[in-house]
Amino acid sequence: MSRVELINVSKNYGPLRVLNDVSLTIETGEVIAIIGRSGSGKSTLLRCLNGLEPIQSGTIMIDGVKVNDPDTDLRKLRQNVGIVFQSFNLFPHLSVSDNITLAPRLVLKQSPDQARKIAADVLARVGLADKIDAMPQQLSGGQQQRVAIARSLAMNPQLMLFDEVTSALDPELTGEVLRVLEGVAREGMTMILVTHEMGFARHFATRIVFMHEGKVWEQGPVAETLSHPQTAELKSFLDAVLN
Amino acid sequence: MIREFGTGDIVYLVFAARWTLALTALAFAGGAIVGLTLAVLRISPLAPLRFLASLYIQIVQGTPLLVWLFLFYFGLSIAGLPVNAWTAAALAYSIYGGAFLGEIWRGALIAVAPTQWEAGASLGLTYVQQMRHIIIPQAVRIATPPTIGFLVQLIKNTSLAATIGFVELTREGQLTSASTYKPFAVYITVACIYFLICFPLTQWSRRLEERFNVAR
Amino acid sequence: MKYGLQFRDVFAAWEFLLEGLAVTLALSVCTMVLGFFLGLACACARTYGGARFKQAVTVYIETIRNTPLLVQIFLLYFGLPSLGLRLEGFDAALIALVINLGAYSTEIIRAGLEAIPKSQIEAGQSLGLTPWQIFRYIIVFPALKAMYPALSSQFILLMLATSVVSQISVQDLFHVGSIIQSRTFRDFEVYTVIGCIYLALAFMMRGVFAVIYRQVFAR
Repeated sequence: MSRVELINVSKNYGPLRVLNDVSLTIETGEVIAIIGRSGSGKSTLLRCLNGLEPIQSGTIMIDGVKVNDPDTDLRKLRQNVGIVFQSFNLFPHLSVSDNITLAPRLVLKQSPDQARKIAADVLARVGLADKIDAMPQQLSGGQQQRVAIARSLAMNPQLMLFDEVTSALDPELTGEVLRVLEGVAREGMTMILVTHEMGFARHFATRIVFMHEGKVWEQGPVAETLSHPQTAELKSFLDAVLN
Repeated sequence: MIREFGTGDIVYLVFAARWTLALTALAFAGGAIVGLTLAVLRISPLAPLRFLASLYIQIVQGTPLLVWLFLFYFGLSIAGLPVNAWTAAALAYSIYGGAFLGEIWRGALIAVAPTQWEAGASLGLTYVQQMRHIIIPQAVRIATPPTIGFLVQLIKNTSLAATIGFVELTREGQLTSASTYKPFAVYITVACIYFLICFPLTQWSRRLEERFNVAR
Repeated sequence: MKYGLQFRDVFAAWEFLLEGLAVTLALSVCTMVLGFFLGLACACARTYGGARFKQAVTVYIETIRNTPLLVQIFLLYFGLPSLGLRLEGFDAALIALVINLGAYSTEIIRAGLEAIPKSQIEAGQSLGLTPWQIFRYIIVFPALKAMYPALSSQFILLMLATSVVSQISVQDLFHVGSIIQSRTFRDFEVYTVIGCIYLALAFMMRGVFAVIYRQVFAR
């Protein structure tokens, strides 16, 4: 069974078709970099994967569970699918520790001690062990994003989605976040990243998915796809971002 | 019999203000229960609930408080209950306060960024958990200054309970004025007592608001 | 004993109700116009005036906003005669309401004036416009637009608050209601009908304000 399976997925915003007959299969342990121009539907695709956005037709399966089925318990599904947003979306009224332990305590019913231990552990993984009692607004953007990743990791997800997680950061802060992502990738996590960081994609992704006009326009192993694009659209996209 | 307006009367008026405060407390408690319910219904995902809550608010905010006071005052006897200014006032002010607090609190709830709901949902939290742990704590900070502002309105509006014979500060003023025939002195005193209660609250609300705006 | 609702006696007095409605409307409209200009004057004094003006306006606003309207009305109607100034009920009510609305609208208008970015005024100055021209051509329209929503809901609150004047025997809609009640003993019915009339009035005002907004400001 594949970890993620999209079959003929289409989605509209009113008259606008943002996803057009998308089919894609992702196996456990893969790191997928979704690239494409803004408006190509890549972020929408990610948000559809954990049910934040409804789709109009097709099927999305995660670990054999159909996401777009009214009978599916999305809450249960989301415990296994972490998502990290471009704008961090930390809870501003909660400390770093409470941000991380909230869901484990409420959803996974962990004891406060147990949750706190896990918080310390995931914070160490993102290199912020000393910030456990800080408030979000005391942290830099890069640190906030690393806390957001830690918050997601604390749920011990089977799949993680990253929606342009470095786009809202100043250039000098993207490095620390990318290093955290590398660490997560090395641990064998199945990851789907919408990203502009071609360097990161080249080194750590296993597969490139290029989206254009709501379709999966071209996909393949990273090195080949980036060095020998098959379509004119990917070629011109790469020319634009690499120069 | 006409007597002089003296220190004793002033003390008496200050003392009557405790009924103003008691009625305010009762009105605020009742209004808070109604208001919180309305605020939550107003942002509920179910359209009929939203509609009903909004209808309630439109109606109450479109009628004078005086009408509610009299409706309840006279309505109690129709419902077979003893006519009592306390009960009538408590009910009328809860209905009235609820509509305004409901709007204030709904505003605070929707002022919390929608991405906060999303972040909660994507961690697997239920709607109620998102509301309880993520949205409401943030909304409370936003809502505190306007809520105190409304409390001032409420204190002033308890004066209307005098019209159904509820003896609070204003009613006591009417009675004192009638017996001393010094209406100007009496009503100035009454106004001063209201001012001394309301002004600190107004200032407090303003300071909180300024601090909140700076923090943003 | 079962109480049967009966509205016939109330509706029979419809002409009387209309008279009351006319008084409520007259009071509301006069107060809105006069109160707005009082608020405008005070807001300008506070925003552009000297320190003395600012202080006076602040004292006025705080005094009015921290005391009940009912007490203000009593003070004018019952209190002033002992200082030798006797006012008719309607006049006392109108003056009290104007003073009251003036204080609230000052705050709203001031917020509207302050919503205009300084850079707009500087742009006007650098084009060589006089202060009056800047006010007339650069500030007024966007400021009115910014203050319009708050001001129109304040006007509706004011209309509802005029019911308080019934307590000094001005024959407004609410007072007419009390008179009908004392004649027919149909308490509940009278106040239900009165409440519905106020509600209709509030909805009408909201509608009219919305139409004005669309005609004037929406582009």
